Amino acid sequence: MKNYLNATHGLRSWLLTKDHKRIAVMFLIAVLISLMLGGVFAMVLRLELLTPGESFLDAQTYNQMFTHHGVVMTFLFMIPGIPTVFGNFFLPMMVGAPDVAFPRLNLLSFYLLVVGAIIMLVALWFGGVDTGWTFYTPYSTSSESSVALAVFGVFIVGFSSIVTGVNFIVTVHTLRAKNLGWLKLPLFVWAIYATAIIQVLATPVLGMSLLLVAVDHAWGFGIFDPALGGDPILFQHLFWFYSHPAVYIMILPAMGVVSEIVCTFSHNRPASYVLIAISSLGIAFIGFLTWGHHMFVSGMSVFDAGAFGILSMFVGIFSAIKVFTWTATLRRGRIRFTAPLLYFFGFMFLFVFGGMTGIAVATSSLDVHWHDTYFIVAHFHFIMVGGTLTMFLAACHYWFPKMFGRMYHEGWALVGAIGVIFGFIFAFTPQFLLGNWGMPRRYATYPDQFQWLNVTSTAGATILGLGVLVSVVTLVYAAFRGPVAPRNPWGSRGYEWLAPTPPPVHNFDAPLEIKRGPYDYHQPE
Amino acid sequence: MNELLRKILFLPEQVSTVARDIDHLHFFVIIVTMIGAFGVAVFTLYFIIKYRESAHRGGELPPDARPHRSPAGVPWWVEAGVIAGLFALFLLFWVIGFGQFVRISEPPRDSLTIYVTGKQWMWSFAYPNGAGSNGVLYVPVNRPVKLVLTSRDVIHSFFVPEFRLKQDAVPGRSTQMWFEATRPGRYPIYCTEYCGMAHSTMLGEIVVVSGAEYEQKLGGLEPVRIAGPQVQLPATPGEGRVAELVSLAAVGERVAAEAGCLRCHTVDGTPHIGPTFAGLFGARIPLEDGKTIVADEAYLTSSMMDPAAQLHRGFTAVMPSYQGLLSAPQVGALVEYIRSLQYVPRVDGNVPLPADTGQPVPLVTPLPPVEQQAANPAQAPGARPPLRSEQPAGAGKQPPQIEAPSGVVVPGEGDR
Repeated sequence: MKNYLNATHGLRSWLLTKDHKRIAVMFLIAVLISLMLGGVFAMVLRLELLTPGESFLDAQTYNQMFTHHGVVMTFLFMIPGIPTVFGNFFLPMMVGAPDVAFPRLNLLSFYLLVVGAIIMLVALWFGGVDTGWTFYTPYSTSSESSVALAVFGVFIVGFSSIVTGVNFIVTVHTLRAKNLGWLKLPLFVWAIYATAIIQVLATPVLGMSLLLVAVDHAWGFGIFDPALGGDPILFQHLFWFYSHPAVYIMILPAMGVVSEIVCTFSHNRPASYVLIAISSLGIAFIGFLTWGHHMFVSGMSVFDAGAFGILSMFVGIFSAIKVFTWTATLRRGRIRFTAPLLYFFGFMFLFVFGGMTGIAVATSSLDVHWHDTYFIVAHFHFIMVGGTLTMFLAACHYWFPKMFGRMYHEGWALVGAIGVIFGFIFAFTPQFLLGNWGMPRRYATYPDQFQWLNVTSTAGATILGLGVLVSVVTLVYAAFRGPVAPRNPWGSRGYEWLAPTPPPVHNFDAPLEIKRGPYDYHQPE
Repeated sequence: MNELLRKILFLPEQVSTVARDIDHLHFFVIIVTMIGAFGVAVFTLYFIIKYRESAHRGGELPPDARPHRSPAGVPWWVEAGVIAGLFALFLLFWVIGFGQFVRISEPPRDSLTIYVTGKQWMWSFAYPNGAGSNGVLYVPVNRPVKLVLTSRDVIHSFFVPEFRLKQDAVPGRSTQMWFEATRPGRYPIYCTEYCGMAHSTMLGEIVVVSGAEYEQKLGGLEPVRIAGPQVQLPATPGEGRVAELVSLAAVGERVAAEAGCLRCHTVDGTPHIGPTFAGLFGARIPLEDGKTIVADEAYLTSSMMDPAAQLHRGFTAVMPSYQGLLSAPQVGALVEYIRSLQYVPRVDGNVPLPADTGQPVPLVTPLPPVEQQAANPAQAPGARPPLRSEQPAGAGKQPPQIEAPSGVVVPGEGDR
């Protein structure tokens, strides 16, 4: 049986492939390497923070390390993570298409990511960057580290994101199978579609502002440097105009994965298809209007603070709609308990907790105390790690049989999931308390009284790291040695499961005929 | 209850007038968050257990677990009600939080003003009497204190956890925060905006003392050191002699003379190339585009850095930018100097007059010369006395302009 994995052979057939599935697998390898690298940086940070003073990193190295952790995790894992891997692999299959609309652009997107990543890593390795992933001016334009090269790398990675976004939008519009109307699209497609809109509209702003930082840094243009007549706050506006929507680039695809997993493993329709689909678009839209909540203490006007505060609350409403709908979907279902479902359960707790603390920090007077403390660090890790990482791993397990034609070991997968969720809570709950206590973020050294909470956090981070490691090893082992998987091991009604396992080069043996919706569990198959 | 929750949440002591209220909102929001997260988790777990596959004996579904056509059997109005309730809850957070934000954004009018400069990696403070200190800020207890912040290099952020307050110090700009400490003691100041290598050692201390102790402390401090390209450092005092304290406004006067400000800006109220400094501070300034702006610390600072951006109507944009030419402490001293001229009357009755009260003030207040003579601030209702009362030790050394408010027209009286 020929499938996309064994249709052609040799390294060349992979590196120059135009098959969206092979490109997705290459993306998977790239983002897994990024995840491991970012994880190593994180562990180095946590180990240094075991003691209040300097232990094995000096302040300069520590500052570079948290920058590297942030840059790698944000731009090379979180943002490309789910869309480029699972979006690439499954979005065409979910709309019944043989490939994405622009297969060559798809390959270009991969190489842009790789080239950008290499430039960034070169900058990090030679010279290092010590500005934090936010590149705040005027520090970033005056820092002596290799800021210009690093932001150039991010600039190129941004193009990868734009190209992928364009590709997905066009694919959804033009390549849907016959009879596949918009309201029959799987919810994952809606989520990726909303994400793609943000990628296309917001990323150019990041690209331009980072380019301005680079010219400021390299040639002293002074666009953001007050000593030359520039404005440092302007950079914050431009930066967050992208980087706040970027948070939704990270979490919306994860929400799409949740919708698929909860329906498949409860054997049930989504409690409300329309609400989940619309709220994805709502988050994408409102996400463009909330950036100012990062700047409550930058000296913004009271009116602006009020406006951005209330707009930020709307994101909470849309997210809450999704959460309630997912919970209601479980009701009267037929629930099969697996590793992806365990990740889903972890996600629900972490996401609601992290999301509600998001409402808390959007409350302007509370944010004044929490801004730039460990509370913020804990909040966005709850959303990003608790939301995106858990769903990335869940997606890895859920779609693993379809992608590689083999089953993973359920027991070890559950061990990994427990390690990730438990370690995560253990690692970041103390950081909320540290923030309340007043410990600022990006601190190489800290006053003694903060030590024991930091030790607790490091212990939790270690468990989290081991959990991720167990999961990845389980999956990599299964990819080569796992038992052969049936076509549809979960009994899902999703269109992607109609394809053979693993899928052939053009996904379906015959053009997909859409006779039912993707969640029609109430009808016999 | 307050203390218990505060300790559970690891919040530091509440030492400012706003800390307690902010904490109460904090408790409310966090308790709701906990209920939400655990509530969703419990429901999810309950459904996962109740509707588990193995409970479907022999493929038969329990009676209430039949697959259904209506989505999950929840009527639309339940859904709408839940969403509306949630929105009302978030709105309540916002209303309370924004109210508090407004409160912490607007300093009381009788605040004591202290100028704060962040630099890599230290905080410097300049007091109105001309004293200066590094790293340690002395403030009196039970008295509103306004900090006017700026930075000499990169962005810093001034954070006092015990006060629950924080404000960025931005180079080339002036930002402000205010607080009223409620208990004497020593509290840490952290820099919370990453500012380079030694960011985590940019620590300071705020020392809250009684009013009498505060004046005593200030008398013993060194004069503020103004360093900048245009101004010579004060002569080194001889051995065993403490340099004489000069008020910050007097330092500002010297800066104004040496930087050339006084070539275009008068201090006696007569119009010249630029707007007069007399009565400028706190006045509502008409701009070219028809809008108006209050000449506060932020406006004065930004006008030094980018004079054309918000140009006083009727003047031409001939002033060069002083960005990079004036150091942050020099800017602070200049602002304090202009502030000290707040109650000096203007000669031309057609320019706006001070508006440093809560009441709205007409933009242009024509002043017949007779009334101008008759106006006496001491008897005016709601009149604010000159700054003397809020000056700590050294108030006697104020520039003479402050001492002679004979022609001051206070708003409300000068209306007609």
